[in-house]
Amino acid sequence: MTATFPDLYMSPRLLAPGAAPADLPTHHQRYGPLSHGDPEGVLRTVAESGLTGRGGAAFPTYRKLVSVAEAGRRSGRAPVVVANGAEGEPASRKDKTLLRLSPHLVLDGLQIAAHAVGAGEAYLGVEDGATWLESALAQRSGDPLPVTVVRLPKSFLSGQASALARYVSGGAALPAHPSPPVRERGVHRAPTLVQNVETLAHLALVARYGADWYRSAGTPAQPGSALCTVHVAGHEPRVTEAPYGLPLTRLLPLEDASAVLVGGYHGTWIPAREAAELTVDAGYLGAGVLAALPVGRCGLAETARVLRYLALQSAGQCGPCLNGLPRIATAFAALAAPGPQGTVRTDLARWSGLVEGRGACHHPDGTVRLVRSALTTFAAEADAHAHGHCTATDRTALLPVPQEA
Amino acid sequence: MDRQTNPDRRMNLDIDWTSCQGHGLCAELLPEHITLDEWGYPLLDGTPVPARTVKRARRAAADCPVLALRLAPAQAG
Ligand SMILES: Cc1cc2nc3c(=O)[nH]c(=O)nc-3n(C[C@H](O)[C@H](O)[C@H](O)COP(=O)(O)O)c2cc1C
Ligand code: SF4
Ligand code: SF4
Repeated sequence: MTATFPDLYMSPRLLAPGAAPADLPTHHQRYGPLSHGDPEGVLRTVAESGLTGRGGAAFPTYRKLVSVAEAGRRSGRAPVVVANGAEGEPASRKDKTLLRLSPHLVLDGLQIAAHAVGAGEAYLGVEDGATWLESALAQRSGDPLPVTVVRLPKSFLSGQASALARYVSGGAALPAHPSPPVRERGVHRAPTLVQNVETLAHLALVARYGADWYRSAGTPAQPGSALCTVHVAGHEPRVTEAPYGLPLTRLLPLEDASAVLVGGYHGTWIPAREAAELTVDAGYLGAGVLAALPVGRCGLAETARVLRYLALQSAGQCGPCLNGLPRIATAFAALAAPGPQGTVRTDLARWSGLVEGRGACHHPDGTVRLVRSALTTFAAEADAHAHGHCTATDRTALLPVPQEA
Repeated sequence: MDRQTNPDRRMNLDIDWTSCQGHGLCAELLPEHITLDEWGYPLLDGTPVPARTVKRARRAAADCPVLALRLAPAQAG
């Protein structure tokens, strides 16, 4: 069970207070009615709000909406909209929590997005909780566009936009060559808008309350707030909503931490004393995973476990990823154990260079980001290991990695 | 500007990694732009193919057994 403290840092926008799932009457009571407005007006408001994607890349939502709408007009095909609730990242809980507590906010946002791009079909892809969402959908008789819930296979990759579009089209949940992009040719070869479920929930509020309201949280450069999944040793992961610009120290205690993983398994390890100076920033927040590594635990061992998982999750379609990720994971496991290291660190550097940018999706790039940040942040531990020492006193695992089948 | 150096005629190389089988034929046909990595997969040098090489690059793309090598117009500027 994931703990939620929605109103710790700001008045709650997305998550129902009291962590009780909101049915449709409760939802309407809380947020008021949704008016769809004209598509042009919606697009204008989204542009003014500065809303960005919460699936990891922080891409401006307005630009995606406009390019899908234009692709629809150009191709003469009504676009498809897909709400991305895959949340394949094992350390992230925020999308599942949002869909459980505030499903109607996501479904409102899906209707708004569909309306804005002139969509003819709408889907909601999830790994878990499909039945709950179908019952939420059954309450909504007023929706202009019917929504189909798609049950996704459990994998790190099923939420990658082209993999999702393929799976919804009846194919395998595997990423495709990025050209043409899904925004031009996605589900059933129609222009397709893939939007993270949290992005859609924010969109539902932007459509209701406007751009100025949205910008009343966060910073002028990064307006709004983001759901974060916070991992602190000895506690259940916690989902919380934080405004951009909030000091990280307000989200997780760093006194007893040696390092912080920011942005999840495609993210960055940062030494705790540097993290103490940082704020919630879309540039490195990824999908909102933050984990504090306590002093006395081995960041190399944590990274090695995650890398093994990431290598196993490679779709194995692309030569450099298929060859490089398992080698990187094996080399890193050697680094995580005290003893002679031979050429391990130069191998890691070379293989990182060889997989980066050489895959159909960004899985290799994200993996390399994690590797490089671990090599820098845990350089002293790696040196100690090379001399046969290990500074760790506690071998308990911090980061969740699914059981291997 | 002569047609050999006209930037508008340059092309970029692109690999569809989901298709490429590492046959390595492209590296033989276009060695100044493509080498092979330690696993036999093509490494692009990242520079646009100049107009005078475009014809040979098209050959290389057409000869790739799985049509994984593609050419796209380089962005002007
Ligand atoms: C390997 C990989 C896995 C991804 N998994 C997810 C995911 O589980 N959920 C998600 O919303 N986006 C995921 N993404 C990002 C999507 O490709 C896409 O950018 C996003 O859903 C767009 O929505 P947004 O603009 O609202 O963030 C993943 C990307 C990659 C490269
Ligand atoms: S880069 Fe790796 S994970 Fe991505 S599609 Fe290719 S093989 Fe699969
Ligand atoms: S010829 Fe085609 S399959 Fe062979 S390495 Fe080149 S791109 Fe890959």
